[in-house]
Formats: sequence, C-alpha cells, structure tokens
Amino acid sequence: MASVVGQRSSLSWIVNLSVLFIVLMWLFPTVGLLVSSFRTADQITSSGWWSSLGTQESQRPAIRLSGDETQTDAGFVITGKLIDLDGVKISAWGTSSRAPTAYAPGDIAELSKDRTLTVAADGSFEFVAPESQIGTRLPRVFTTATTPPDFTLDNYKNMLFSERSSGNMAQAFLNTFTVTIPATIIPILFAAFAAYALAWMEFPGRAILVAVIVALLVVPLQLALIPLLKFHNYIGIGKGYMGVWLAHTGFGLPLAIYLLRNYMVSLPRDIIENARVDGATEFQIFVRIILPLSFPALASFAIFQFLWTWNDLLVARVFLIDSSGQTTVMTNYIVELLGTRGGNWEILATAAFISIAVPLAVFFMMQKYLVRGLLAGSVK
Amino acid sequence: MSPVLQAFLTIVVGVGLCVGYFYSSNLVLDKFIFPARGPNAGRNINLANAIRPWLFLLPAFAALALYLAYPVIESLRLSLTDRDNGGVFVGLDNYRQMLAEPKFIEALKNNMLWLLVVPALSTAFGLLIAQLTDRLWWGSLAKSLIFMPMAISFVGASVIWKLVYDARPEGTEQIGALNALYTFFTDNPPEIWLTVPFWNNFLLMIVLVWIQTGFAMVILSAALRGIPEETVEAAIVDGANPVHIFFKIKIPQITSTIVVVWTTITITVLKVFDIVFAMTNGQWETQVLANYMFDKLFRANDWGVGSAAAMVIMFLVTPILIWNVINARREFR
Repeated sequence: MASVVGQRSSLSWIVNLSVLFIVLMWLFPTVGLLVSSFRTADQITSSGWWSSLGTQESQRPAIRLSGDETQTDAGFVITGKLIDLDGVKISAWGTSSRAPTAYAPGDIAELSKDRTLTVAADGSFEFVAPESQIGTRLPRVFTTATTPPDFTLDNYKNMLFSERSSGNMAQAFLNTFTVTIPATIIPILFAAFAAYALAWMEFPGRAILVAVIVALLVVPLQLALIPLLKFHNYIGIGKGYMGVWLAHTGFGLPLAIYLLRNYMVSLPRDIIENARVDGATEFQIFVRIILPLSFPALASFAIFQFLWTWNDLLVARVFLIDSSGQTTVMTNYIVELLGTRGGNWEILATAAFISIAVPLAVFFMMQKYLVRGLLAGSVK
Repeated sequence: MSPVLQAFLTIVVGVGLCVGYFYSSNLVLDKFIFPARGPNAGRNINLANAIRPWLFLLPAFAALALYLAYPVIESLRLSLTDRDNGGVFVGLDNYRQMLAEPKFIEALKNNMLWLLVVPALSTAFGLLIAQLTDRLWWGSLAKSLIFMPMAISFVGASVIWKLVYDARPEGTEQIGALNALYTFFTDNPPEIWLTVPFWNNFLLMIVLVWIQTGFAMVILSAALRGIPEETVEAAIVDGANPVHIFFKIKIPQITSTIVVVWTTITITVLKVFDIVFAMTNGQWETQVLANYMFDKLFRANDWGVGSAAAMVIMFLVTPILIWNVINARREFR
C-alpha cells in the first residue's frame, strides 16, 4: 500500500507523532499513580510526580540538626549530613522559615549565643557552639536542593507486611483471590455443555433459547441485587463467599454461553458428523473433541470472567461484605481508603497498584485471547 | 474453615458435581430409561436424542432463570410494593415518589449526559486510533497500551484519575496534573475540580472514556482490517485523498460495527456505578441512576424505590435488548 500511495509516506511522520502523543496521554494518569506509589508521603505532597523523574531543584522541608558532639579547640562541634543521598546538591539554605535561602553553600551563619553553622553543597554541615548543646534543641535548617530521582519500596512493604491498620491489604488480596478463582472456573463447565447443545444439537426451540441468551447479555445486574439477596437469605447462605460465587456464576453465564456457542458453531461440521457416524455418543464428542478444540474460546471467557470478578465492587458489596470486615475485597478496601485516607496518596497509590497488578499481568500475558473474545463476544 | 480451603473445596465440589451430573444423566438416559437395544431400540435412540439437549441445557438455564430472569420479574413486583407496610401493593406510588425527588431527576439528567458523551467520544477516539495505527510498524504496541485500561478496575481507575484532579491549597505546589496545568497557564487559584457542578460530570466521564476507548479501538481496528482492499485501491486510483478514503470509503463499510460498539458502550454507561461511587458518591450534582439505586437500597433501605430505579435502568436498556435480539435472529437464520 505504501508504495501505491505516495502521500502516505509524507504523512507518516504526522501519524507517528500523533499516535505517540495519544499513547502518552493514555499512559500519563497510570504512570502518575505508579510513580507516586514509589515516593514517600513528603515527596508526593511537596511536588508533582512528573518532577520526580529528573533531577529537580526543590525547597525541602525543614531538617533539625542532630549528631554526636565532639569537643575541640573551637568549641563543641557537631558534624553530619543533612541529606544523605548520592548526587544531592544544595544551592541555598537558611535557618528560618522567613529566609530559607539566606545563605549559599559554604557560607557561615552566625546564630544566637555565638553558635555558627555552615552547610556545604554536598549536604554536610558543621555546627560549632561555645558550650555543650546536650539537652537543648538544635536549630532547624531549610534547604533548597537539587536531588536526583529518589524512589522507595517502603510503601509496598508497609501496605503488605506491616501490622498497622493498613495491614488489611494482604487479607483483602487473599479474599479477592478466594472470590475470583471459583467464580471463574465454575461457570465454564455449565456454559460449555449448554453452548454445545445450542451449537450442535437439533431440538425445537433452539433459536428461541439463543435469542434468550442474547437478551440476558444486556440485563443490568442492578435488577438482581435485591431479589437475589432476599433469595440468599431465604435459603440460608446470607452474605458470604457462597453467595458471591453463585451470583458471579449466574451473571457470567450469558456471556460464557454466547462466546462458546459462537465459537463451537464455527468448528468444522465434518469432525462432529464423522464422530457421530463412528458411533461416539454426544457426551464423548463433547469431552473428547469439542472441549479441546474450544480451548481458545474457553480461555477468552476465563480471562473476561477473571478480570470482571477481580475488578468488581458492586456484587462483592451486596453479596459478600458483611459488617465483620473480614471479607473485604481489594476494590472495596480501596473505596474505604478513599473515604478515610483521601489525602494519603502514598497509601492510595500503593493499594491501587497492588490491586491493579494482577489483572495487568493477566492482560499482558493473555491479550491475544482477550482480543479474540472481544471480537467474538460483541453482539453483531 | 479458612476461606481459601473453602474456595478450593468449592471448586472441586462444583466441578465434580457438574461433570458427575452430565456423565451420570447421560448414562441413565442411554442405559436405563431408553436403552438402545430390545424391540424398541430405534425409537429409544430417537427419544434419548430428543431429551439429551435438555439435559445439557438444564443446569445453565436453571441458573440463568434464577439469577437473571426471575430477578427482572421480582424487581418489577417489588417496585410496585411498599416494604414498610409488609409488602402491600401500592401501584405506581414508588415511581411517583421517585419522580418527585430532585436527586432522581438529577441522576436521570446526568445519565442522559453520560449516554450522549461517553459512547460518542469512546467510539470516535477508538476509530481514530484504529485508523492511525492501522499500518504503523509499532501499531500493535500502541494499541495494547491504549487497550490496557480495560484491565484496570473502575475503582483503580478512579484512584488514578483522582490524583490527576487533586487540588492543593493556593500557594503550594500542585500535585494534580490538571491543577498544575491550570495554575501554570492562568493566574487563577487552583480549583477543587470534582466539586464544580456540571463540569465535574465530564471529569467522571473522562474516566470511562479512557477505559472504553480501548474496547472500541480493538473492535473497529478488526473491522477496518476486514475492508476489502479493492475498494480502497479503486478510490486511490480515482485520486481520493486519505481523508476522503477514510470518511467516504471506509466508514460506510463498517457502520454496522460502529453501531455494535456504540450500543455496547451505551449499556456499560447505563450500569456505571463504581466510578461515581468511588469518586464523588453522587455529591456535587454528579448522581447517576445506578448509584442512586444503590443509595436507596442499602442506605435508605427503601426497596420499593430502589427497585423502581432499577426498573428505569432496565427500561432504558430494553430498546438495545430488542435490537440485539432482532439482529442476532437475523444472523442465525
């Protein structure tokens, strides 16, 4: 084509640039949260995440001097590092919040009571006082420094392994898996048998049943919340894992049957007819021939159902999560964090990324099946 | 019992029951009820084959009937009854009460806005990206990155975008990208964007557009690939420029796919709940039907009005439902 159309090549750099621009726009919000999850709370609130990627000059929060005192001829000396980072470069510093940039690196500041302080560009300081400073509060230092990118894994450590209030995340992660795996596996078999019957068995009313499936595909699950909650309470399972598994199975079936039926119809007729002629029973045909051949469609549906159940909030809130707080899932946990810790971006970003990580991994590994499923599953 | 163990047992029992049911019901049918031998062998085989499809269909359709069909009818019934008075029939009172609530009208209006904006923008972006990446050597990488938000939960996406919309007090450095740009290019103080009525609706919609564009792009990209080369080549020979080819040759050939994408996203929009729930919970005039309904059901405990709101969503979905069924039947014929 490119050779046929001369204009195409002259246009191509515009196309390349605009696609690049769109892709960057699309990635920007996610990257923002990802980067933020590797920054400390201070860093997140003091500068935008985009400035953390390069070296940046920023005014840093006040640091109170600390260190061991040694007695010398000049007096009592405390030395140390204000900022313990490789590549840090202090461009200005000060000792009061009113004049945070009063001194250049290397200047000697005269403080009260004949004390002096000097800060070098690399962040080391020397504090000299005529008498011992033990027991007195040392002065604070304000610095403006250029720092290289600085990231930390502490947020993830705190979120997953600490026993603080946010230690619930590990529990929520496990709960989400507990909801997801049975809710993905159970509907597949139910649907596969029904799909086979709808695709390859002759019986009156088949067309109507296919139409029913297409109709049920779009029934909003909002309608099912109250009637099913009443039903679950009535049969005694109430709120819990059993209820959420059943609900996800029911809600996933229309798509499962639809996808699998469409795929099975496209299998070559000869194979099935030959097997029938050779005396195979329908059950054997299904298990030995149809199921193995339908693997791509089964995989597509499994991915859909996995993503949907993992990312679901509504069904879990209605059918699973009770007041005990033991059965929360990650989406619900994050919503609760949004309410209670709305400003703590280091917690929110980390929690969100832990919950996003698994579906993203599935997405990138199984994208082929996901795309295939989408193409087969959209009602034509 | 630990939930993990319970989950494992459920898988084993569920799969076991399922396989056991299909295997044994087929066995019983073939060996005992209609054995393929004796004087009536032929008739028996035919009878067994007539019954077998229903054995295959029974579990799935029983589940569908209970979990999707029955709730539609039960919701309709609940929407016509009053829970406080022991479920007495009240006719359309719940609907009347709902229509008198400003929050419901607000939700309805906002939903209409969502219906106008989100499917249109998602489809347009999806089509644009599908066309631009069509013959790009790194097109599949670009597409997979734009498709990626599909894997992210609505809640996760809400957190992602809340950071973009974040506001810090005036005078401090803005950490939300939107306010950083806003304060950089104007002299105005930063806005708390999610609390600005009317416009905040669009900020929520962007989240869904961001997610759904990938879906539209994947489907439309496949449709563009399916266009016969000859039609495009003929147009080129006739001297059509790329813009003409796109609008006059390509778009008309994929109209039906565009409609499918549009309706699919429309249904998603009607059910949108998580984004609003997580980002504003319907405050500052951002209420939508699904969140209004959730509010009524589980906070106000008003099952009648809640069911009525659910029926409104069902009612709005119905035209698409009928359209899909008609199309599907035409295709199967």
